[in-house]
Amino acid sequence: MWKWLHPYAKTEETYVLCGRLYPWFLWPAIALLAVGTVWGLAFAPADYQQGDSFRIIYIHVPGAMLSMGLYAGMAILGFIGLVWQIRTCYMGIAAIAPVGAMMTFIALFTGAVWGKPMWGTWWVWDARLTSELILLFLYLGVIALYGAFDDKIQAGKAVAVMSLVGVINLPIIHYSVYWWNTLHQGATISKFDNPSISSDMLWPLLLNILGFGLVAGALACRRLQNEILTREMRRPWAQTLLLSNETGAK
Amino acid sequence: MTVFWSVFRRDWLLAFRQNAEFLQPVLFCLLVVTMFPLGIGPSPATLQKVGPGIIWVAALLSSLLALEKLFKQDFLDGSLEQLVLTPGSLPMLALAKVLVHWLVSTLPLLILSPVLALFLNLTWDMYWALLCTLVLGTPLMSLIGAIAVALTAGLNKGGTLLGLLLLPVYIPLLIFATSAVESASLGIPFTGQLAIIGAMLLFAIALTPYAVAYAIKVSQN
Repeated sequence: MWKWLHPYAKTEETYVLCGRLYPWFLWPAIALLAVGTVWGLAFAPADYQQGDSFRIIYIHVPGAMLSMGLYAGMAILGFIGLVWQIRTCYMGIAAIAPVGAMMTFIALFTGAVWGKPMWGTWWVWDARLTSELILLFLYLGVIALYGAFDDKIQAGKAVAVMSLVGVINLPIIHYSVYWWNTLHQGATISKFDNPSISSDMLWPLLLNILGFGLVAGALACRRLQNEILTREMRRPWAQTLLLSNETGAK
Repeated sequence: MTVFWSVFRRDWLLAFRQNAEFLQPVLFCLLVVTMFPLGIGPSPATLQKVGPGIIWVAALLSSLLALEKLFKQDFLDGSLEQLVLTPGSLPMLALAKVLVHWLVSTLPLLILSPVLALFLNLTWDMYWALLCTLVLGTPLMSLIGAIAVALTAGLNKGGTLLGLLLLPVYIPLLIFATSAVESASLGIPFTGQLAIIGAMLLFAIALTPYAVAYAIKVSQN
């Protein structure tokens, strides 16, 4: 059933696949982000309570959702890599980690900017803010650990173990800080049957979430290609590829 | 089980025959705690409020320092490689090493804890809660820490990297432990927090030896 996946254990196949997927991620992402952002920032109705400053939600929520989604993706790759000994998965972790760290930073930064007019402060030690900050540290730890090894095969296994330890810890962190302190508002859009947001505010948000996801996909593909090329520099297929000067197009 | 006891005996003897280092983490912890009354002022009420947090943070930092040596020497002189090659179970062996490490470098901290409580003006109830959380929490710290230590054993730049990897993972423990002490200071039962820490400890005893064993194999490459 899963036989179609097997060729992608070979880095060469994955490289080609990423090259094919990249434009499919990139162009819809640009279109969605352009429509979603302009709609959200300029045309969506202002909030009756928060006025225009609620509009930062169109950047904040996609960033926050992806920061968690990408970490889950990283941990799944780590699990697959450790169980079935697939090198490509380790490279995938290294490719995703900086993208995830960037999304986490976007969520934290826009959250701080949003917090200033609404709560009157840039930062509070609230449950969601604290767990997001810890998530950023977990990403930075994975990046630092990967960078610390000269032997990248060893580095891949190490980050796979560490990202799994992190993912077991994430729900614990989430609930511990939740019981500890809270100020952040509750879930807004995950209640699909009865969303607590008006639909002309919701649509641009959904477009932007999809757009952010596709951008992350595009970046991860490009980074994975880059990682594969750097690691397989001495392989014949990589050398022919580099010599044939097609790297930019594919 | 024989592997467990022979490694236990070996590490225990080694720790006591090279006793120059094993009190250092405890002294470090004592010094860190001493810094705080000097830094934030010696008012007893303030110290009582921030005391449990300070003792926990100091314990986390000193255990981080101590953990770094857990596999280092064995890695450098090659005996870790020999241990990996022994037919006995590697997770058991890792568990024995972590246990000795906890007994040698963290137990003195627990014995010293009344002094720390005295320094920071904790009440009897708060001290009792603090001791309970330390007894359950520090083995958890050693077990989880051993994973990261085993992964970075082969690297020469351990120190700060280990902190970056482990401190975020320790945060829930810190939150539950200090919340238990806070409940105790208000006279509320704190068994709930203790139960959660105990559950995490049991979970860690069951799973981390396997993760540590895998990490040792990774470091041996």
